[in-house]
Amino acid sequence: MVKHITCTVCPLSCDVVLELGENDEILNLTGNKCARGKNYATKEHTAPERTLTTIVKARGGIHPLLPVRTNQPIPKGMLKEGMLATSKIVVDAPVTMGDVIVENFLNLGVDLVASRDL
Amino acid sequence: MRQLQFDVAVIGGGPAGLAAALAARREGAAKVVIIERNNELGGILQQCIHHGFGLHRFKAELTGPEYAQRFINEVKESDIEVMLETMVLEVTDDKKIYAVNSKVGMVEIAAQAVVLAMGCRERTRGALRIPGSRPAGVYSAGTAQRFVNIDGYVPGKKAVILGSGDIGLIMARRFTLEGAKVEAVVEVLPYAAGLTRNVVQCLEDFDIPLYLQSTVVQVHGDKRIEGVTIAQVDEKWNPVPGTEKYIECDTLLLSVGLVPENELSTQAGVAIDPITNGPIVNESMMTNIPGIFACGNVLHVHDLVDNVSKEAERAGEFAGRYVTGQGGQVSKRIKVVAGENIRYVVPHEVSTTEPVEFFMRVQRPDENVTLDVGGLRSQRKQTVRPSEMLNITITPEQLQSLEGDTLTIQIVSQKEAAARG
Repeated sequence: MVKHITCTVCPLSCDVVLELGENDEILNLTGNKCARGKNYATKEHTAPERTLTTIVKARGGIHPLLPVRTNQPIPKGMLKEGMLATSKIVVDAPVTMGDVIVENFLNLGVDLVASRDL
Repeated sequence: MRQLQFDVAVIGGGPAGLAAALAARREGAAKVVIIERNNELGGILQQCIHHGFGLHRFKAELTGPEYAQRFINEVKESDIEVMLETMVLEVTDDKKIYAVNSKVGMVEIAAQAVVLAMGCRERTRGALRIPGSRPAGVYSAGTAQRFVNIDGYVPGKKAVILGSGDIGLIMARRFTLEGAKVEAVVEVLPYAAGLTRNVVQCLEDFDIPLYLQSTVVQVHGDKRIEGVTIAQVDEKWNPVPGTEKYIECDTLLLSVGLVPENELSTQAGVAIDPITNGPIVNESMMTNIPGIFACGNVLHVHDLVDNVSKEAERAGEFAGRYVTGQGGQVSKRIKVVAGENIRYVVPHEVSTTEPVEFFMRVQRPDENVTLDVGGLRSQRKQTVRPSEMLNITITPEQLQSLEGDTLTIQIVSQKEAAARG
């Protein structure tokens, strides 16, 4: 099987072509113009990750919401679960950028942190 | 009327205004003020809660609020004055600023130098002439972004997005994450207008269809939008009969371009470039009115905030020099010309005493080309795209070696470049 992954490391946007075996293992990888492209495509195929950025409810600040982010990327498949978890969170101002809102978010070993002061 | 005096007055507290004010202060301007109409600093970055900002400047993928906070903290630690909820009504050519604030009323600010950093506005439905009714539910993408990220309201459950600029792509993901369904992103060009990473991470990740060479030809619905008809377009962007497709939706987002906000500049007599819709500036980011500078999206629409900060620092630095009497030596003036496949270049005019970083955009995508700066410097490019701004720095020595007084910046094929030696 052949799989195409568009590399997003730089604006070149290489079309990386992965030849896959029966167990989805990578047999051959072509189309990348640099080593970072190979790493990206491999990671994107085996365990794609994304940083979750969203908002949580906030009380006592100048806005009713606080923007938050995971301080490390999380598995792509966990984004929806992350959204459901953050929808239940309410924080109280004052908050400082970088404050940990949820430690070990979804047991993923990453923290959910505040994106700004509020 | 309350009267105030400042060395440098910066209009706008977004990324450009913040960086310009800090740079002016560093350069020795004693009294610097930032005038901002919103109730906080940071500008549009505060609603851009996604990450990807600051890769060049901070070597980190920050969210918009994080990028803004770093500059806001620096301003807070400085003695720069900040006037919030203050709307500038007029700037005169002798650098008097008239503003209003609900607590102090009218204010007159006399400044020795003014930095214009008002940013831009979104292009609206009126500018596109989309036929159909005028129901509720049609928003510019940035307005919807504010509703969702600052105020906490998702304005619909089923959306179509017209335009594949970065804000549209980002909002496609944001709507999806918030539980709404994005039925389609519709783009008139044969390629996505936004960054590839956003196409991948905002559309492909969520299986949102992207219709290229297509547009919205009809808006349906009376009180609230009920659907849109989209159709393919030919090379002249005219809809192709027979390709129409109806899509049910309760929201239409427009991500169809940004326009620099120059009402104040024009009023002050600042000359505007009809291509960028922003002021014409020289190497110090100064406009045709001595002591009035411009930077950021009011000057030309950027795609990376890192470039805004850099350009604004230059404007602030020269505004600082202007008021501390360290103006540069008068040298030969060079007019900058946009040549083959270059839509525009900023700055428009340069001298030969300072290194200059040129910012420019191409007219159409191309591959394996060379960016040529008047034969003074060239740079190979594997790809060039209108959505990705190019920049290149030229030294004073290179500028001094120029014959004549025009500098043409152009894109040439690598074969052509090789033939010229």
